[in-house]
Amino acid sequence: MKIKVIVTLKNGVLDPQGKAIQQTLNGMNFGNVEDVRQGKFFEIEVKEKDEKKAKSLVDEMCKKLLANLVIEDYKIV
Amino acid sequence: MRSSVIIFPGSNCDRDMDVALKKFGFKNQMVWHNDQSIPKSDLIVLPGGFSYGDYLRCGSIASKSKIIKSVIDFANSGGLVLGICNGFQILTETGLLKGILQQNKFLNFICSNVFVKVKDKQNKYFKDLKKDVLELHIAHNEGNYFCSDDELKLLQDNNQIAVTYCGEDGTENEATNPNGAIKNIAGIFNENKNVLGMMPHPERMIDKYLSGEDGSLFFKNILDNFK
Repeated sequence: MKIKVIVTLKNGVLDPQGKAIQQTLNGMNFGNVEDVRQGKFFEIEVKEKDEKKAKSLVDEMCKKLLANLVIEDYKIV
Repeated sequence: MRSSVIIFPGSNCDRDMDVALKKFGFKNQMVWHNDQSIPKSDLIVLPGGFSYGDYLRCGSIASKSKIIKSVIDFANSGGLVLGICNGFQILTETGLLKGILQQNKFLNFICSNVFVKVKDKQNKYFKDLKKDVLELHIAHNEGNYFCSDDELKLLQDNNQIAVTYCGEDGTENEATNPNGAIKNIAGIFNENKNVLGMMPHPERMIDKYLSGEDGSLFFKNILDNFK
């Protein structure tokens, strides 16, 4: 079963790359871009048929490795 | 004093550290990341570099490597653990040190000499150090130290801030902050001050003809405090 995870920076945490992307977009005449936050996307193939179990495993993976909870939030989608 | 330097795939300051430690009289050994245990040591060093290619987050993969459990056990039993640059990043990822090293504020890789102010001398690294400001070298892309307000308060209240970026005269402000680190923080301790992580490289400042000698003071001081 494939589980998808999105890891993003928490609100209020400086995202210099997002800022640079925003400024570049602004410079490309996408003047209405007000903010960009960059994150990570994971597709995890888990050998598990029960969706609930698979998601709970991935949740543990997020906490232990995929996200650093000091600055990042994660969402299993 | 016996020391061990852990080598991860992608470490690149391990041999510099070995040379520096031996120069001042440490009995140093190199330990591979896949080893199960660390030989008897008084100091463990996690060197600079790009362990595991900095994949996922700097230091995150190394913080789950085989050898790390021994490092954590050693630290929790009061042993001295020093993380330089990538080693500092690894220590935050293990949870031994608070916070995280983010990408530099201006997205640039910084390679230059800096001055750092020693903020606390009640510890085995800096006790009786003759200088308050050291000239050391930094080379990093992710040295922008960040932690929550609560954690920062704890660091300040417990004097766990070890070194901060400053000017030659010790001035700490935005102009003397190379990477955007919160409160100019260049290095911190754990609560018991046996674990020290810092971005600057003392091992690059041990030769008066090539670089400078403030790194020498640092290593000699650890040895003196051990005696």
